[in-house]
Amino acid sequence: MRGGQDEARSPVLQFTNCRILRGRALLREDLWVREGRIVDPEKLFFEERRVADEQRDCGGCILAPGFIDVQINGGFGVDFSQAAEDVGSGVALVARRILSHGVTSFCPTLVTSPPEVYHKVLPQIPVKSGGPHGAGVLGVHLEGPFISREKRGAHPEAHLRSFEANAFHDVLATYGPLDNVRIVTLAPELGRSREVIRALAARGICVSLGHSVADLQAAEEAVQCGATFITHLFNAMLPFHHRDPGIVGLLTSDRLPPGRHIFYGMIADGTHTNPAALRIAHRAHPQGLVLVTDAVPALGLGNGRHTLGQQEVEVDGLTAYVAGTKTLSGSIAPMDVCVRHFLQATGCSVELALEAASLHPAQLLGLEKRKGTLDFGADADFVVLDDSLHVRATYISGELVWQAEEARQ
Amino acid sequence: MKLIILDHYSQASEWAAKYIRNRIIQFNPGPDKYFTLGLPTGSTPIGCYKKLIEYCKNGDLSFRYVKTFNMDEYVGLPRDHPESYHSFMWNNFFKHIDILPENTHILDGNAPDLQAECDAFEAKIKAAGGIELFVGGIGPDGHIAFNEPGSSLVSRTRVKTLAMDTILANARFFDGDLTKVPTMALTVGVGTLMDAREVRAHGLPRPSLGGWTCLSVINYTGTTDNTY
Repeated sequence: MRGGQDEARSPVLQFTNCRILRGRALLREDLWVREGRIVDPEKLFFEERRVADEQRDCGGCILAPGFIDVQINGGFGVDFSQAAEDVGSGVALVARRILSHGVTSFCPTLVTSPPEVYHKVLPQIPVKSGGPHGAGVLGVHLEGPFISREKRGAHPEAHLRSFEANAFHDVLATYGPLDNVRIVTLAPELGRSREVIRALAARGICVSLGHSVADLQAAEEAVQCGATFITHLFNAMLPFHHRDPGIVGLLTSDRLPPGRHIFYGMIADGTHTNPAALRIAHRAHPQGLVLVTDAVPALGLGNGRHTLGQQEVEVDGLTAYVAGTKTLSGSIAPMDVCVRHFLQATGCSVELALEAASLHPAQLLGLEKRKGTLDFGADADFVVLDDSLHVRATYISGELVWQAEEARQ
Repeated sequence: MKLIILDHYSQASEWAAKYIRNRIIQFNPGPDKYFTLGLPTGSTPIGCYKKLIEYCKNGDLSFRYVKTFNMDEYVGLPRDHPESYHSFMWNNFFKHIDILPENTHILDGNAPDLQAECDAFEAKIKAAGGIELFVGGIGPDGHIAFNEPGSSLVSRTRVKTLAMDTILANARFFDGDLTKVPTMALTVGVGTLMDAREVRAHGLPRPSLGGWTCLSVINYTGTTDNTY
């Protein structure tokens, strides 16, 4: 932590001619940055008697907090669940490429895998700050293997597990050390889930409900034990039923701990969730909606056929199919596409669409003082957007880390 | 004493801003010759500040060689409170223009020794060569700055207890809670104002005062003759 003297000498950067997302609204304000953090210019003026050292004209663009993707399985041919020798360079490649989607922080996600894979891969994905090298790694999202057989979706059946025998010890035995883990998705109907949820929550790990056949009561009990997230709402869970809304009912449950509400991931790629369903969820509980890509290794690959591990995948625009079939093979819509589609499908405000990709995931992970906002003191991770929310430039810690081709001179 | 009556708030604001602009330009300030400007706060001068900002952004007016001295500030209100006069000046003026922070002066209502702070303020004005133009507002009862009617004409910068009328009028900025409204302020005195080379005051008379429904700009030219 640099002392006051050093800080006083550091250059102050002023971003002008822009609208910034602050206090839930788009304001005509300048953004001031020093030492990678957002600073209060009034304080600089009256206390330090400082003006900016450099001004950058943002051409009337929108400045929003950098997007945070809490569920992404890989991309650009990289699969995070592969027990590669050099997992680090795969993560680094994805981290660098998603900068152009406006993502400044993410949670690399591993799907259901055998213990050997977790033991090999997890130590190679440490929490890491972002920068010119790529988006920051906030921690790993472990989706499985403690999930429902019936709702496993594309997860391999052979590697599903339960923690009925030894509860949290089974969890540790399966994953190994949890130092780099940020989120765990599990099915709360599994025996002894309450102990496991409490133990994970006590370690500051976000517990998410997903790939589950839980009814609403089981889901509510899980939240009372500390679960705070729902993994890709609607997908891989029981459908909403008017006498038992299941996990979906958490959005409007009155049995959650006081002062707490549930967050829920939504894949708004135009394919995985019908726009009407997206609207129902959004209208029922707008503040809990977290946009996720749930992107697969085919993200960012051009149209055509690609071999990804054991799979042959056909990419056509924003959709990926198992080659030669009409079966969806996971999401490949980048985060900024999801934000635009969400805005268009729900008719919500630009502010809320941007918050769904920044503030809400930051709140989910308890990071909202440093990430997901442009408040004073927050990390200067932000994205420059035109009026139709296309990414023009991406900044991490106040440094330009990506710029659209046309913007470069 | 000149009395100018104008029909609309925006017209009066523009008139006042143009006057200030022209005075500064004619003065031709530079590194050895700063233009010292005394400034008010409140709803009345906001239109004038907007116009001055416009002239600055147009390139018609620079505040690079202007020094400012504000009339007053609340006692005990944190500097970054949204209702402090520091906040007012930052949001409505300073942040939009090219003035240097070290050339702005606002009384510190949280100083450990309030009268010493007032004396230091007077000394800063003197060190700057006195005020070239002091722009002020006239309240509904005829007060200027926080000098209520009956203030001594030779008063200097000092601590004042606010009149009940003022506190009641301010309550709307503090969620209607009278206990939150500051009860004291530091203010330049009438004598401090009269020392300026020129004073221009804007007022919004209440309808009861002869039914005026317009703004008046009153130009004091060094005399204390205030009959009109």
